[in-house]
Amino acid sequence: MNEMQKQPEQQPVTYWTLFKSTFLISAFTVGGGFVLIPLMKAKFVDEYHWINDKEALDLVAIAQSAPGAVAINAAIIMGYRMGKVKGLLTTLLGTVLPPLITLTIVSQFYTAFAANQYVQMVLKGMQCGVAAVILDVVLDLVLKQCRKKLLLPILIMFGSFVASYIFDINIMYIILVDAFIGLAFMQKPVYN
Amino acid sequence: MLILWELFLSFATVGLFCIGGGYASMPLIQAEVVEKHAWLTMREFVDIFTISQMTPGPIGINAATFVGTRVDGIPGSIAATAGFVFPSLIIILILAYLYYKYGDVGAIRGILNGLRPAVVALIASAGVGILLLALWDKEKLPIAVSDTNKIGVLIFALSLAAVHSKKVGTIKTLLASGILGLVFYSLASF
Repeated sequence: MNEMQKQPEQQPVTYWTLFKSTFLISAFTVGGGFVLIPLMKAKFVDEYHWINDKEALDLVAIAQSAPGAVAINAAIIMGYRMGKVKGLLTTLLGTVLPPLITLTIVSQFYTAFAANQYVQMVLKGMQCGVAAVILDVVLDLVLKQCRKKLLLPILIMFGSFVASYIFDINIMYIILVDAFIGLAFMQKPVYN
Repeated sequence: MLILWELFLSFATVGLFCIGGGYASMPLIQAEVVEKHAWLTMREFVDIFTISQMTPGPIGINAATFVGTRVDGIPGSIAATAGFVFPSLIIILILAYLYYKYGDVGAIRGILNGLRPAVVALIASAGVGILLLALWDKEKLPIAVSDTNKIGVLIFALSLAAVHSKKVGTIKTLLASGILGLVFYSLASF
């Protein structure tokens, strides 16, 4: 865990950047959970270089293992990592405020909102943008896993994908099985 | 005051027992909100689904805000949302502390080594679903080439080029894709 090299272009962490980035990601992301996480990864890892890939994936794994909404959990744990309890409250607020504000307004007149064709057009366009960001993050992560040339992680990756996407198996079972495989076979440093 | 406390407690229960995230929380919310407290009718409860499809945020937060607003206005929505995130906050705090303290212990290392490729797979799974939804209006295979949304492909390709170049930030890309959607689909509808 001590291999977090400071990269030259690393942006300084301030509560304002933390709040701003989580707020905007949350505001523009429809779909929650695993849609929001790759966007956070794109921002915190690839753009700001605050943490590396490996630590980000560890944190998401922890977020996924705890009860509650994955998006909220991921925001909480990233915030804790960047700025302890104050950082955590910052990212939590940033993530929760956009749906809180939107839903308070929308709950008053949601039928008009749902039927509005211009709202639909913006949402449809954003869906393509979100898909592009996620695909970019996913390709990068998948290639990195493959480049390690280790059989077990690649098997876990493809197996979990098939289980989740093709067979719709509950994420909790997938996490449990993979945690067990890791515990049993992947304690050697080569897998770190 | 009592109603705020009830909202907080109700959604804390949902937050604590909703494991696996997303739509897994729906039956729990239904039990608390429709059956136990009768804060919403079944009809209104189903509407939360529809709203969550097109507004930001996890469905749990959306439900908490919606129900809270209906029951007691803005204080209600804050109490319910705070309740929903409270269990996560405590549990994640403990897990994060343990991770940074004992993350190097062999067994924990092994578990995390197994989970990292799984997280990649879960992100990929959501990504493929979103991509198909954006370009073919359905989340699962099979898809027909003739059904491809051409405007969608264009916006997708432009966004991908933008993010991949690393020159345009994530947020700006998302905003631009929304604007492009509005412009292209408006033009197409004439």
